[in-house]
Amino acid sequence: MPTSRISDAFARAKGENRAALVTYIMAGDPDLETSFEAMKALRDNGADIIELGAPFTDPMADGASIQKAGLRSLAKGTTLRDTLKLAARFREEDQTTPLILMGYANPVFRMGYGEFASAAAEAGIDGTILVDLPPEEDGELREEYAKHDLSVIRLATPTTHEARMAKVAEGASGFLYFVAVTGVTGAGSADPKAISGNIEMAKRVSGLPVCVGFGVKSGAQAAEMAKIADGVVVGSAFVDHAEKAHESGDFSSAPRGMGVLAQELSSAIKEVAKP
Amino acid sequence: MDLRNTWDQWPDVNGRFGEFGGRYVAETLMPLILELEAEYRKAKEDPAFKEQMDDLWTHYVGRPSPLYFAERMTEHFGGAKIYFKRDELNHTGAHKINNCLGQVLLAMRMGKTRIIAETGAGQHGVATATICARFGLKCVVFMGETDVERQKPNVFRMRLLGAEIVPVSSGTGTLKDAMNEALRDWVTNVEDTFYCIGTAAGPHPYPELVRDFQSIIGKEARAQILEREGRLPDVVMACIGGGSNAIGLFHPFLEDEGVRMLGVEAAGHGIETGEHAAALNGGKPGILHGNKTYLLQTDDGQIVDAHSISAGLDYPGIGPEHAFLRDSGRAEYLSCTDKEALEAFQLCTRLEGIIPALEPSHAIARVGEVAKELGPDGLIVLNMCGRGDKDVFSVAKALGVDM
Repeated sequence: MPTSRISDAFARAKGENRAALVTYIMAGDPDLETSFEAMKALRDNGADIIELGAPFTDPMADGASIQKAGLRSLAKGTTLRDTLKLAARFREEDQTTPLILMGYANPVFRMGYGEFASAAAEAGIDGTILVDLPPEEDGELREEYAKHDLSVIRLATPTTHEARMAKVAEGASGFLYFVAVTGVTGAGSADPKAISGNIEMAKRVSGLPVCVGFGVKSGAQAAEMAKIADGVVVGSAFVDHAEKAHESGDFSSAPRGMGVLAQELSSAIKEVAKP
Repeated sequence: MDLRNTWDQWPDVNGRFGEFGGRYVAETLMPLILELEAEYRKAKEDPAFKEQMDDLWTHYVGRPSPLYFAERMTEHFGGAKIYFKRDELNHTGAHKINNCLGQVLLAMRMGKTRIIAETGAGQHGVATATICARFGLKCVVFMGETDVERQKPNVFRMRLLGAEIVPVSSGTGTLKDAMNEALRDWVTNVEDTFYCIGTAAGPHPYPELVRDFQSIIGKEARAQILEREGRLPDVVMACIGGGSNAIGLFHPFLEDEGVRMLGVEAAGHGIETGEHAAALNGGKPGILHGNKTYLLQTDDGQIVDAHSISAGLDYPGIGPEHAFLRDSGRAEYLSCTDKEALEAFQLCTRLEGIIPALEPSHAIARVGEVAKELGPDGLIVLNMCGRGDKDVFSVAKALGVDM
């Protein structure tokens, strides 16, 4: 059961009284082989859940870091099917770490919701976050996902008031991704004090684990967020290692650097383990 | 489905025109666009809003724009009578201001103090900066880096009007990237900022409200042609990029069954070359910038850059209502290459003493064939949606003239 991989991951973290570490990388950046190595490095260094970015030419909710990562990946010719193949390859050797595909609606729509859902489930994907597919627009996708037990993971933001949160939670599963800042990925830094009330409300209304992301880069920031959320998502800071590897040409530095960062984040989260 | 006499019902409550349109935005923006929709419904019912619009349309924009009989062009083609709806005579030189005025007034009703916009050729940017200057609002215009270079006079005009220009180098540095960047700014500054979209596209309710504001073109044209000729035209035609001028002309005629609608897309170097901006003739349905519509894209759903000599048509998508009108068969969409548009630009200038923008030059390039097909008893209204002053540099360059 794919969804159980997600709930198991949160249950394991909860068993250790800590938040889950959710890590994001862009598939195919700097290349698919390196992404595969990076996924293993993330898992080996404390990542509880891996989000795999599917590149898109027009990522309107992403900051410079992830925009460039997507373009680097596309320049290498990465397609949605390649991203699914990467997931399948990882799934062959890891049956427990949840894999979430994160991206934009158009490539998925182009493939066809039905075909995508079955291919994603086949590849061992557990759920998706499609940034520009709000609850109003994902009905058809949800029907297809239901056939394969795939999770629809939705975004909530500081602008999501309580009445809206009910709409966001409707039909969502897996976890809720709380965007800590009104802005794009990687921009600014999130203020845990400002959003702790929103996160409480999100937990209460959705009944799902709530992960916080956008603007979380360091161990210290992750620790602050770990105090108030069920999971902490870090993306741009990992992607920056892929950028450095791309620039230096030493691709093996990416999984290495990402592993070190995951270790730092994971330790910081464990240190603030809830009593 | 019987679509007759039902055109006004679109978009439906979900912001859809058939399968097109919708609200494909990040969650941060959902509360905003829902609020915008609610405010727009209120404004539509508010006589004070209409009064304010009408007053500014008359005394600031210069409406109604004339309906002009293009006598020499008619003679030249020897077919149907050709009329131009002269929206190029509006303040700032194009139809864009019709929409900017409406959106900025809405923004003020909503208490927003900062207006952002995207622009390609700079016409929508200039119109937005103009209205912002008129009302003392802060204005930020996102413009692709390459367009900033190509459209220097408009960049300077916007700066004179007090707008801040943000050159966009992300992605491929074109209009679509300027739109991405405007959306990124909007999610970052949701509290005080209003996004003034330049065409009849984007998330609901934008396609509807832009259409409504631009429909002044068709409403006037319909009344004017009835007065001049005592009957409705056989054909109304307009160029299409995002499609705001065309939908503005078409919409008031949709229920007139005998009136054919012809949109003309930019075929760039030719649709077969892949270097064009004809989303309907050379694209497939997809999701971008908040709506489902026809898009230039790869089989993997990646967006492909558009190409057109006309910066105003240089966009890989099209407004969702056009996608719907095309699939339902109510409107037809032709195309015209860069080369044909350049010839039409010169022809119109010489025959009528009107220098058209490169955008309507695309429609002019097809009008001769349509006129001949209709014959001398026919009647055509073509939207002259912008004047060509902004284009003289690029036309000179294309013709190999060193100014």
